[in-house]
Amino acid sequence: MTDTTSNHGASSPTRGRPDPIGGPASIARSSWRRTLAARGPALIGFGLVVLGLGGVLAQALSKGLGPTGNLPIFILVSMNALALAGLYFLAGSGLTLIFGLMRVVNMAHGSLYLLGGYIAWSLTSKAGLDWFLAIGVATIAIGVVGLVMEEVFLRWNLGQDLRQALITIAISLILADQMLANFGAMAQTITPPPVLSGSAPLPVYDLRYPIFKLVTIGVALGIGILLWVWIQRTRFGILVRAGIDDGAMAAALGVNVRVVFAVAFFIGSCLAGLAGVFGGTILSLAPGLDGAFLLSSIIIVIVGGMGSLIGAAVGALLLAVIQSYAAVYLPSGWSPYAMVLTFVLVAAVLALKPSGLFGRASA
Amino acid sequence: MTAYQLLRRAIPVAVLALAVLTPPVFGTYATSAIGLKTLWLGLVAASLTFLASYGGMVSLAQVGLFGVAGLFTAWLSVDQKLDPWLAAGAGIGLAAVIGLVFGALASGSVGVYFLMITLALAMISYNVFAAVPQFGLHEGINGVFPPAVLGDPVLAPTTYFYFCLAASLVVFALIRYLVRTPFGIALQGVRDEPTRMAALGFNPRVYRTLAFGLGAAIAGLAGVLSVWSNTRMSAGSISLEVTIDVLAAAVIGGLWRLEGAWLGAFVFTVLEIYGPAFTDRYVTIIGAIFLVIVLLSPGGLVGIGSRIDAAVRRVLAGPVAGEGR
Repeated sequence: MTDTTSNHGASSPTRGRPDPIGGPASIARSSWRRTLAARGPALIGFGLVVLGLGGVLAQALSKGLGPTGNLPIFILVSMNALALAGLYFLAGSGLTLIFGLMRVVNMAHGSLYLLGGYIAWSLTSKAGLDWFLAIGVATIAIGVVGLVMEEVFLRWNLGQDLRQALITIAISLILADQMLANFGAMAQTITPPPVLSGSAPLPVYDLRYPIFKLVTIGVALGIGILLWVWIQRTRFGILVRAGIDDGAMAAALGVNVRVVFAVAFFIGSCLAGLAGVFGGTILSLAPGLDGAFLLSSIIIVIVGGMGSLIGAAVGALLLAVIQSYAAVYLPSGWSPYAMVLTFVLVAAVLALKPSGLFGRASA
Repeated sequence: MTAYQLLRRAIPVAVLALAVLTPPVFGTYATSAIGLKTLWLGLVAASLTFLASYGGMVSLAQVGLFGVAGLFTAWLSVDQKLDPWLAAGAGIGLAAVIGLVFGALASGSVGVYFLMITLALAMISYNVFAAVPQFGLHEGINGVFPPAVLGDPVLAPTTYFYFCLAASLVVFALIRYLVRTPFGIALQGVRDEPTRMAALGFNPRVYRTLAFGLGAAIAGLAGVLSVWSNTRMSAGSISLEVTIDVLAAAVIGGLWRLEGAWLGAFVFTVLEIYGPAFTDRYVTIIGAIFLVIVLLSPGGLVGIGSRIDAAVRRVLAGPVAGEGR
């Protein structure tokens, strides 16, 4: 997965620019000053992370380790961060998968997320369908929507990445308006199934935690592992990677690249739908959330590296941890500035590694 | 042949004449609702078109920068009682500075990466400004009026309309001039061949960053004009929807030609104002037009015009030359 940004030099991020971190060549002729200049931003970034985490931990541990201290709350906040990270990963992994494989930035990804949630919401609260059945239907339905989008609009201009991005933006505009017409402007929430509602005891401090959020964390982990195995270990995954590295050669060797890409787009879209159902159950569904989740997914992909599955996981975790901790642990009055921290995250990663933490710079 | 050439030359003059005659001929409502919005939306779209066509940078941060300038101007002139001219200058200056920072961050990337990074930066800046209570964006800032010289933009928009028209023309001329200067030529070189330009001693990132700063200043000017036209500023003025609106206007008009920005803005504004009378789902219509344009004519309406122009010329040149193309 991580090696997918290597080809297609025309649009690779670092084209025509020397490696900012300094490759072997620059090390060979570097003095300590150059090394400091190259490593300085990394050190500052690392220092910021240590400072932030230190501040959070200092507050968490400030009243000792007892059950009346701040530690139980810290644990709950951390669990919330994990659940949010799970949701972000589900949403972002689909985007990074499609991008990594086909270099298509699906700007309608947020719309697919919201549409998936709305489909499940209609099925459960309007048609009275079982939640588990609804999530299955919604996931497959969004996969099909994505597939149709790919087959009708995107397949024939593969490689024109900007045009494809504009096409998906136009589609997202239409989808957003249609969703507003069909599902209204009111915020809706999907009711979780009885089995998954309620809370479960955590092994520490007699804490209880919502089962559904635990399930979200588990599902995100499971999907992540499945995707990794699928890409790295199965025959189909090998075909996919071959199709990315050299589509023409793969096709010449008898691989039907078109089908491979279509399947990949289908699965990436399914993930958006799945994330929408989880998001609609944990949070809510409302107009505008398509943009919000597109933004989260894009930040994850920028931070983690475009096309990298591990990067998506790390990016989701970083974003969720920053947002969750900032909401609780920033000094009072500073909470409106929580978004500034997200900016710092994106800016720091871009300054350090324009291709993202796990994205490979172009060859 | 010469008659056709004359006709072609006449089109821009006719468009300009139509624009100049808008206030006396079409009345207050058209001037205020369509004219002013076309001009400021066209100006934001032009900042995007400038970056896209000459710098190869399709930026989605323009609305964010537009909002920063508008908001800062509104805040300075209403809450801090500053002179509107000074407030406007400060707003545009702040947008340019933030634009240079954004540009420096994003300039390491091109193409679709650039699009994503600028979208993220714009959305973050929107969220920051929407969240920070001191700016009062949540409730909106009301009563932001242009300097008294320019008159009332809502009730008697004629003077203000001509001011916006003049500003648009100045920006148009400035960009057309700038792309012919050594800086502009180098920028286009960086767009086409960053590696070769780097080898020749031009730092692509510096050129992209400077161009981005200039684009930000233009977007900032548009933001000031917009906040003066609406006499208010709110979070809704710079949300993701507006970002997409600007992109839609620029693409419908033609992302690769400067004049397309205002043409697209005009079409967009007319659809937005008269669309609701026909259907509640006029946004779908705008989206569909956007989609059709991207699919069929990447050059937008201006591109369609150029194609018609080329076809007419082929016909006029005679069948033999035409077939030989």
